[in-house]
Amino acid sequence: MPCTTTKSAFWRGFRDSAPFILIAGPFGLLFGVLAAEAGLNVLEAFAFSLAVFAGAAQFTALQLMQEQAPTIIVLVSALAVNLRMAMYSASLTPYLGAAPLWQRAFAAYFLVDQSYALSITKFEANPEMTTPQRMAYFFGASGIVTPLWMGATIVGALIGSQVPESWGLDFVLPLAFLAMIGPMLRTPAHLAACFAAVVTALLAAGLPYNFGLIVAGLTGMSVGAQTELWVERYKMQKDVSG
Amino acid sequence: MSQFDSLTLWTVILGLALGSFTLRFAFLALMGDRSLPDWLMRHLRYTAVAILPALVTPLVAWPSATGGLPSLPHLLAALVALVVGFLSKNIIAAMGAAALTLYGLIQLIG
Repeated sequence: MPCTTTKSAFWRGFRDSAPFILIAGPFGLLFGVLAAEAGLNVLEAFAFSLAVFAGAAQFTALQLMQEQAPTIIVLVSALAVNLRMAMYSASLTPYLGAAPLWQRAFAAYFLVDQSYALSITKFEANPEMTTPQRMAYFFGASGIVTPLWMGATIVGALIGSQVPESWGLDFVLPLAFLAMIGPMLRTPAHLAACFAAVVTALLAAGLPYNFGLIVAGLTGMSVGAQTELWVERYKMQKDVSG
Repeated sequence: MSQFDSLTLWTVILGLALGSFTLRFAFLALMGDRSLPDWLMRHLRYTAVAILPALVTPLVAWPSATGGLPSLPHLLAALVALVVGFLSKNIIAAMGAAALTLYGLIQLIG
């Protein structure tokens, strides 16, 4: 009964994504509030979340627009934050590549950190899943987080204009980003990439058009990739000699 | 109170929507079940941990609340957010600890 198992795969994904309510809710709310403070109306804030649907990139764009950065820098920087989506897309392709194109297009829209993390773990652990079951699981895993993100943005934008300026919300965004970065630092290479990006950002802060951000980002990426190579080589040498 | 015009805003929204979807769809649409070259995957792995710190660093070093002067409460709150997030793997706990640090120190000092 493939129909029943596809359905149960959907609900399985739905249930597995429940813990992410605690992240998508507050962060959607925060985006709405900060968007309102930056002068966006409710419709604009909602359109932003609906069309882009990528938290970190939305926050980045909002921050840079407030700094009056040139539009091209805003776009390049926010898309750079989203480059990891290309990696997610590439790594899911062996599992979802056989599905119809329209399903893959929908899946691409729903591809965020949470749905990726849940799905790739599930697919790797259960190689016997069929492609329709995998798709169902993936959509299930997006079923709570997506509407919650949109809804929370609207609520945040509605209450945003009532938040007094004395609350100092301007520093909430840097803190939110730092809180997100912490759990991502899983290996020495991640730590090295982060450290190199911070140092370069300090040195390059004087560059015009927020160009320091791009320079520091690229430097961090190269240092991370290079460190990964070194760590691998070191491990291989140890394996050979030991 | 809007600091940027709505043409800029909608250009950014539409550009980001298109760009993000392209990044998400490109490989799912075109690649079949081949995989990307190793060197490219190796760089993509570190985009988030490089770009996000690069964005945050100037905001922490020269916070807008003090008119760009370095500030101990902001610096310590930032460190707390990063370290608690790293140790606990819990974003909400990290945010909470950092907010307490910031408001606590501002009350104490200011």
